[in-house]
Amino acid sequence: MSRAEVRGEPAEETPAEETPAEETPVVVPAVVPAVVPGAGQGSAPGPGAARSPSALWTLGLFRSELLITFRRWRTLALLAVLAAVPVLVGIAVKIETSDGSPAGGGGGEGPAFISQISNNGLFLVFTALAATLPFFLPMAIGVVAGDAIAGESSAGTLRYLLVAPAGRSRLLLTKYATVIAFCLAATLVVAVSALAVGALLFPVGDLTTISGTRITYTEGLARALLIALVVAASLVGVAALGLFVSTLTGSGIAAMATTVGLLITVQILDQIPQLDALQPYFFSHYWLSFADLMREPVYWDDLVKNLGLQALYAAVFGSAAWARFTTKDVTA
Amino acid sequence: MAPIDSDDNRTAGEGEEPRAGRRKAARYVVPVAVMGVAAATIGLVPALADSGDPDLPKVTAEQLIEKIAKSDVQQLSGTVRINTDLGLPDLGGLESGLMSGMSGGPGSGGDGEGSAADPSAKLTALVSGSHTLRVAADGPDRQKLSLMENAAEYSLIHNGKDVWGYDSQSNEVYHSTAPDGAERPEKDVPATPKDFAEEALKSVDDTTSVTVGGTAQVAGRDAYRLVVEPKQDGSTVGAITVAVDAETGTPLKFTLTPASGGAAVVDVGFTKVSFAKPDASTFDFTPPAGAKVTEADESGAAAKAPEHGREAEGDLAKEMDGLEVIGEGWNSIATFDTGARGGLPTGAEGGDLGDLGGLGGFLGSFGDQVKGDFGSGTVFKTRLVNALITDDGKVYAGAVTKDALVKAADAAK
Repeated sequence: MSRAEVRGEPAEETPAEETPAEETPVVVPAVVPAVVPGAGQGSAPGPGAARSPSALWTLGLFRSELLITFRRWRTLALLAVLAAVPVLVGIAVKIETSDGSPAGGGGGEGPAFISQISNNGLFLVFTALAATLPFFLPMAIGVVAGDAIAGESSAGTLRYLLVAPAGRSRLLLTKYATVIAFCLAATLVVAVSALAVGALLFPVGDLTTISGTRITYTEGLARALLIALVVAASLVGVAALGLFVSTLTGSGIAAMATTVGLLITVQILDQIPQLDALQPYFFSHYWLSFADLMREPVYWDDLVKNLGLQALYAAVFGSAAWARFTTKDVTA
Repeated sequence: MAPIDSDDNRTAGEGEEPRAGRRKAARYVVPVAVMGVAAATIGLVPALADSGDPDLPKVTAEQLIEKIAKSDVQQLSGTVRINTDLGLPDLGGLESGLMSGMSGGPGSGGDGEGSAADPSAKLTALVSGSHTLRVAADGPDRQKLSLMENAAEYSLIHNGKDVWGYDSQSNEVYHSTAPDGAERPEKDVPATPKDFAEEALKSVDDTTSVTVGGTAQVAGRDAYRLVVEPKQDGSTVGAITVAVDAETGTPLKFTLTPASGGAAVVDVGFTKVSFAKPDASTFDFTPPAGAKVTEADESGAAAKAPEHGREAEGDLAKEMDGLEVIGEGWNSIATFDTGARGGLPTGAEGGDLGDLGGLGGFLGSFGDQVKGDFGSGTVFKTRLVNALITDDGKVYAGAVTKDALVKAADAAK
């Protein structure tokens, strides 16, 4: 399916201006959005009438964005790589412990929770998330977020998107919502794959929290879900950063490379002890705090800091992306 | 190719370029404002939350000490933050090497010895850096102490007869049985502000001034500040401040500041505290499936492990024949003869400084050379404890200044 066909979907729902023929580089008049219902002013029949199709319209736009994102081979490949990580970890631990020796050499080396996997498959979920969160997950987010605006721009489809009666703010919001949906999907792919591999290869049952208390398998599953949600929320900051970078450039590749580069830089800076005054403000600093959900009682301090920090990054870079995108000259 | 104007900028016609530019710039005010608000919140909220010192009825120092002594808090749970800055160089791997040597002995490389869940090895880590602990207590029979680590936790659980140590990172369990009504298992390692306060108040005598230094808010509770200061000169201890909960008399925060100024050497305080009965399940512990359990009183090798630390200290002490204490109160100086002529082992021929022998040359680089009537020697300084090792093998150590050590050595001649 070509891109133009997919883009056609929302336009069918609300009859708008004719999309200019693809070959002719027609300059779209600046007045176009003004006559569009849903822009909230101009020739819309009335505020009430304008609102309900506009909400539907946003949903339609969101749906089409989701479809485009998740139908891409690139996205599917990213998700497949993410799903493979727990499989690899699970098989490695299975082989290593097949002779009865503890995982991780028994010295507490390796990713968090790895020593527990061979006793309870549910721990593979936590290990897989701890192993993918520092790099794999944010990298995948960086690719999708960096591509969000800049990709359209370099493919030459951004202006046609803007012709559709959405307005730039709403388009940006839809793009961001799609990236967030991808954060959630990517995290859940890792968690579900780990859960399945863990249940296949290792025994399951009641588990011991890291504080030494016991919880049932059902409660363990609930905590695993909560942890997956927290991990997905931890990526909101990177997503906003990637979206902002994406509005700065017209090249999708440049935006992805910049986002992933920033991610790696911040991860390295977070390891330098001399910078400890700055580190609490790095978006990745509290990422591994999700493990605190496995304490009993749950230790909320760092979790709250993490979520607050992600909200701050989302607000700052989200509004910066808005400021940039709503004022920039779109030429492609 | 002409640009597509933003929909929100459609009013800006041609000839209104400067206005449009200003409007564009105005949008960037939003992210800047968000950042400003965040910075202000981060900066101001702690300042606003610090609502000043609470207004409490006046008490004398005696009344306050009595209050601590009478305090009978059986049920408590909370989070404790420990910061220690002894001014030791960050020894990193060396430090942990020493610790494993202490707990596991020379054979710790072998399997079955030196469990990672052994309390004496774990809790020694508290002597340096910052740590967060969780404590819970319900009567004399049930206590729990958890040392929070990155995505892991070390828990020491005392429930009735059993004392469990659980290291979640290596999934190892240490088990020993305590006689009924035993003391807190972690008794030999002070961890809570109360333990520290008791140690400090033991040393109160006529060389000490004890005053009430106003009030403070600790972990959201009103507290009195008890200030303990040495009256003599020559001590490296500047002051010890204990914040005592006004209601229950429980010490909530313990701060030891050095005479030389600067950050506190030891700062132990609750960041959260509750005097409600902790959940009974907190103290339940069953070793998780597959965990390696080390029993304290089974199998010879394992039984030795927890004793090793003390044994090593014992060996050291034996070699330090004739440990004496010179001076009184805060200026007490411990002295002993290592019997090692040539004093500090500066080279490979090394002295007989017990387990420290191999470290001699390395440590020598941290010391200051001093000379006096006693001859010459090397002074090792930390922010709290200084030690003088003379060339004829005598050691003088105490929480006193370098000059006081030299004076003591001179007097002993």
